[in-house]
Amino acid sequence: MTGLSRLAGLGGLVSALLLTAAAAHAQEAVARFGSDRDTAPLILRTTTDVAVLSPAITAFLRAHPDLGLIYEQWGSNALYAVSQADCDAGRAGADLVISSGVQQMIRLVNDRCAAAWTSDATASLPPDLRWRDEIWGISREPAVIVYNRRLVPPDEVPRSRFALLDLLRPEGSAYAGAVATYDIEESGLGYLFAFMDSQEASTFGALMETFARTGAVATCCSAEIIAGVGAGTYRIAYNVLGSYAALAARENPDLGLVLPSDYTLVLSRAAMLPGPESPRPQAGALLDFLLSGPGQSAMAQMNLVMGTSPDQIEPGDADNSVPIRLIPLSPTLLVAMDTAYETRFIARWRATFGR
Amino acid sequence: MPEAPPRPAASLSLAARLALGITALLLVGGLTLALAAFAYGRAAAREAFDRLLVGAANDIASAIAVESGRIVVDLPVSAFELLALAQDDRIAYQVRDVNGSVLTGYRDLPRPPQGAQFYDAVFRGEPARYLRLTRRFAERAVSGSVEVIVGQTLRARTDLAYDITRKALYGLAIGGVAMLALALLVVRSALRPLDRLARELSERDPQDLTPLVANAPREVAPLVGAVNSFMARLDRQLDILRNLISDTAHQLRTPVAALRAQADLALSEPDPTRRARVIERIHKRSVSLGRLLDQMLSHALVVHRTGSVRRESVDLRDVALDLVEAGDHPALAGGAPLTLEIGAVPVPVLADPLSLREAASNLLSNALNHGRPPISVGASIEDGMHLLWIRDAGPGPSAEVRAALGQRFQRSAAAAGQTAGLGLAISHAVAEAYGGCLRFDLVPGGFRAALVLPGEGTPP
Repeated sequence: MTGLSRLAGLGGLVSALLLTAAAAHAQEAVARFGSDRDTAPLILRTTTDVAVLSPAITAFLRAHPDLGLIYEQWGSNALYAVSQADCDAGRAGADLVISSGVQQMIRLVNDRCAAAWTSDATASLPPDLRWRDEIWGISREPAVIVYNRRLVPPDEVPRSRFALLDLLRPEGSAYAGAVATYDIEESGLGYLFAFMDSQEASTFGALMETFARTGAVATCCSAEIIAGVGAGTYRIAYNVLGSYAALAARENPDLGLVLPSDYTLVLSRAAMLPGPESPRPQAGALLDFLLSGPGQSAMAQMNLVMGTSPDQIEPGDADNSVPIRLIPLSPTLLVAMDTAYETRFIARWRATFGR
Repeated sequence: MPEAPPRPAASLSLAARLALGITALLLVGGLTLALAAFAYGRAAAREAFDRLLVGAANDIASAIAVESGRIVVDLPVSAFELLALAQDDRIAYQVRDVNGSVLTGYRDLPRPPQGAQFYDAVFRGEPARYLRLTRRFAERAVSGSVEVIVGQTLRARTDLAYDITRKALYGLAIGGVAMLALALLVVRSALRPLDRLARELSERDPQDLTPLVANAPREVAPLVGAVNSFMARLDRQLDILRNLISDTAHQLRTPVAALRAQADLALSEPDPTRRARVIERIHKRSVSLGRLLDQMLSHALVVHRTGSVRRESVDLRDVALDLVEAGDHPALAGGAPLTLEIGAVPVPVLADPLSLREAASNLLSNALNHGRPPISVGASIEDGMHLLWIRDAGPGPSAEVRAALGQRFQRSAAAAGQTAGLGLAISHAVAEAYGGCLRFDLVPGGFRAALVLPGEGTPP
């Protein structure tokens, strides 16, 4: 958190007032952007750190000087809970919701909590990144392997899941106990990545088995994991959100990133306009801006929109392209939200990490 | 300056009528087809997407297992991938344990109707289609039916139904345009013979009244036939006119030559008494010539009328009555008695009354001039023929003369200043024009000249 907050100041774009998370609500932080005179400011609820999205928000408000915006930063589970409660109460609660807990957003749309919005910007999205004209993918963020350059010699850098398995295989491997990943009970994003991994490859079983055997560490939240790798607590972190890792790598040259060459999961943060009434046009305009060229490049500044070979990301193998598995905005993600499924999945995972 | 004759109001062109008809047909057909296609599309979409429901429900049902005495569901992603084929539709699902408690899925789904497999209900305020499936378990710990309910909203179904309807209408539109084009083409090619006929007629020599030879379609043949028969009538009329002119010239040449000779004689006659006699002869001649001219005009008139005037129903008794009542016949100056003999039964024929009257009048003149009073005029029906007759008390002309009576024109008669020949010719022409003849016979009480005509309604 602290590193990212510093980054916000570094960007110099934020005229925001950061409040502490303790203030009455469950949100982690609240910031106000734009005009103070706007009596009905837009309410944006998102899991994204203020600092990461602020360049895009600022750019949008530059074109709408009369508009005010309240930025609420939430944890993904809390955001899902509050959105669900708002939906059940038949109110919108916020004007725009952006979450990395894509499966939760899909569930909200399936529960008829979102309003429809169509524009040229939404229409130009690929089919995988929109559903029902009620939910749209606004970012492209790979799930990467992060390592500490001081602790992992170049020839041991795992370029793929198989390489990671090979590193951990030897009895008494130096990496045993030094590999971290998301605690999927704590992190909705970690759960989503694990769920997609379980769909995508047979390596998932082997990975779980190996993590269990070598005593891998499951912990919460991107920032903590990245900081842990930077500080040398962990040598390697698996399935870390690339956008945050790349930002941190700007600060800490010890951090190295790898796009796994067998396949790389790519997350697209989901945006929706909460229903039941039709959305405020300003909220739609903000969505359209985020999807537009200027919006995308503002997000790209903060690595929310990454190509497969940006500066910080080292190519997996000799050739630069890695197979991309975009997490589609599709109702198949409802399976991940199924309580019975989640309970069983987490029970298996918990057995792995010995909790 | 005479005004140009008004053009006949052009009625709607055949092509336009056809286009109108086909368009109306297409509209009605399109509407019917749209309804039918939509009904079909809906059924087809329902069937197609119901299969997705079946597939998904089976997937889920087969993923239900009994683990350590409890029912567990390991929800398969493949089931949701199947349902996601209906791209924009929301998915409802529910799995119920043997005791009816909800194992997983949406808790607030509407309950299925008793015994229904597929059913329509609402999913969170949006209409949806559901499938209910049961799987029986008979194990030591668990016994009973596990219920799987899968549903989805109707967007994809509606889209497919509309899509099918739209495509059917596209097909109809293309077919309609083709039909219209084809119909216009056929009309144009069918009417081409008419154009050719028109061209042939307009390029024809005015004197040429020979029939048209046209290989026209059967539908146009009556028109060609009508044109041809019209031209044939025209030709006949022209023939009659030509005859009339040549006859008239012939008729007039002799009397005019005689008149001239008499006039010459009168000029060179010094003796007043003899000149007076000559002049008297000139007078007699010119009176006779005048009568001849009258008759020739009357002949021309009759011939013209029989060829051109519409026939109407005429009672011959009326004609006879008219004749008697007119009483202005020049030959009646003598005051000879004229009697009418008609019965109570009508004697109707189809003819031109004026022509009939002219014919009868000529017969009457002959009787007055050549017969012996008393003279009777009558109408009667004999042997199915309708007669208009004139009878005098005389013996009639000799047998040879009678045989020659009624032949067209006896120039000698005219040359002699007598007009009986021409009068009979008129009567004869009238009788013939209406499908009858002249009959002369000796009857009890004298000599009878009759116009014999077929009755109205009997074929000639």
